[in-house]
Amino acid sequence: MSTAALRPSTGRRRARIRWRRLRGSPALIAGGTILSLIVLAVIFAPLIAPYGPIHQDLFNTLSGPSGKHLLGTDDLGRDVLSRLLYAGRTDLSVGALAVIFPFCFGTALGTVAGYYGGRTDFVVMRIVDTLVAFPFYVLVIALVFVVGPGVKGIVIAFAVADWVVYARTVRSATLIVRESEYVAAAKVGGLGDLRILVGHVLPNTISQAIVYIMSDIVLVIVAVVTLGYLGLGVQPPTADWGSMISDGQQFLTTHWALATVPGIAVVLTGLSLSLIGDGLADLLRPQ
Amino acid sequence: MIGVASATFLLLHAVPGDPAREILGEHATARSVAALNHSWGLDRSLWHQFVRYIGDLARLRLGNSFVSGTSVTSLIAARIGQTAALVGIATVFAVLITVPLAAVAASHRDRVHDHAVRGLSVLGLGMPSFWVGIVLIEVFAVHLKLLPVGGAGSGIGGHLEALILPGFTAALAIVPLLVRSLRVGMLEVLNADFVAAERANGLGEVRVLVWHVARNALIPTLTLLGLNIAYLVGSTVIVEQVFALNGLGFLLLQSITARDFPVVQAITLVLALSVVAINLVTDLVAARLDPRIRLR
Repeated sequence: MSTAALRPSTGRRRARIRWRRLRGSPALIAGGTILSLIVLAVIFAPLIAPYGPIHQDLFNTLSGPSGKHLLGTDDLGRDVLSRLLYAGRTDLSVGALAVIFPFCFGTALGTVAGYYGGRTDFVVMRIVDTLVAFPFYVLVIALVFVVGPGVKGIVIAFAVADWVVYARTVRSATLIVRESEYVAAAKVGGLGDLRILVGHVLPNTISQAIVYIMSDIVLVIVAVVTLGYLGLGVQPPTADWGSMISDGQQFLTTHWALATVPGIAVVLTGLSLSLIGDGLADLLRPQ
Repeated sequence: MIGVASATFLLLHAVPGDPAREILGEHATARSVAALNHSWGLDRSLWHQFVRYIGDLARLRLGNSFVSGTSVTSLIAARIGQTAALVGIATVFAVLITVPLAAVAASHRDRVHDHAVRGLSVLGLGMPSFWVGIVLIEVFAVHLKLLPVGGAGSGIGGHLEALILPGFTAALAIVPLLVRSLRVGMLEVLNADFVAAERANGLGEVRVLVWHVARNALIPTLTLLGLNIAYLVGSTVIVEQVFALNGLGFLLLQSITARDFPVVQAITLVLALSVVAINLVTDLVAARLDPRIRLR
């Protein structure tokens, strides 16, 4: 039998197996559904939001939910629902941006350290040990202080503070792959280090980093919101869930929803990402 | 430790801002800014500053606050107790919440209890601790009026009462991570041969779980706590802010707003060093408790 005759059926079969595994993972489906709803709402915020994020109606401040303002207004008469949507835009995009650099740095350094070993490995791992000693939030806050608050500060702070776990995970996976026969074969075949690393080592180690990025992005988004709460994040008047919560905290006794609603948005986002992370971990785990 | 000290220095001396100008205000003359910079030694080369910093550190001199002029050591000494108490209470809460949850989840593997506990831990991971703090204040202090809204309280009873909500909030920051790992650890113990042997001997399920499994899961819990203590210490910075507790984290954020350089540097260093110290202690205790662990 020729392989050409087999290909379509195996391709379809593989897709079917993958679909069955996907369907078997309710976590992935639930997380994916919630996340896509949030992302869609946030992308189309300018179309959905009834008002602009910084549009003030000073005659109508701290009003409760009504037909005009579904979630009410804050102390400056800004529509809470509109701000919530625009804030999601800020937090999700900053979070995504902030997680990319540590992922790339960590994976690259972990691969190099694990593959070459020796002095390179020693230096990288000592830097890792030093950074791990710093409490995460203290390190991030100190770094944002150094660079200055705002998107640039956040991205740089996470690039410096957050690559450590990626480096560790990828390094230990690389240590195993390095000893494998196919890497030895590639070496004997005369391939250069770079080609071996990119073509043979990375494809086998990167899935672990991808599983970690899903739980890391939850951590990063929560941290971005926390920085916003502390006044070190995205600067006002740009809406951000953290600053919305800190603004709402002063009205806790009279208008509890102002601080609670943005928090629920954060929790829902975190929940959906964690569920996807769990589902992916099951899916990518070798059977 | 030297690595941590150097990293702290490098981190903060890359600051683009000009602390002297911040303090003297926009209208200060260039001469007075230069004079202030000189008296703090900020006009010297980076290398010179570094040598002086390490020298001061060796003599436990952390310099004076740029803002209030008092010595940083006394500022920290006045607040470290508050932070230590918070970390202590949070650790106790974290263990009290984690161990039963993990035990229930592990002993009912893949049944409703297990899914409930795992669901809760997934939910917990996505909750920012400052928001949890606010919700707890809302429920327990504002509506039920059971506990104080914030501040340190007076008297020993008052202090403890004032630490319940903050401690609980800080504990919740690490509980999801702890529950997940401990559940896996307990599952391993539950599948071990000696547990099967106990069951075969006719010991009741509760007795097996409490006496044999919990005892064997104690050491992994301890190690886990050590690993997560850095995260816990970091969360206290935020929790102190929410509950207006005048600890190290509170001072850190105040000093950041004021660009009070020596204080930020010293607090970062002290917090990082205490994490290293706590890790060392947990390793030693674990080695003491478990004859299988040998320290190199």
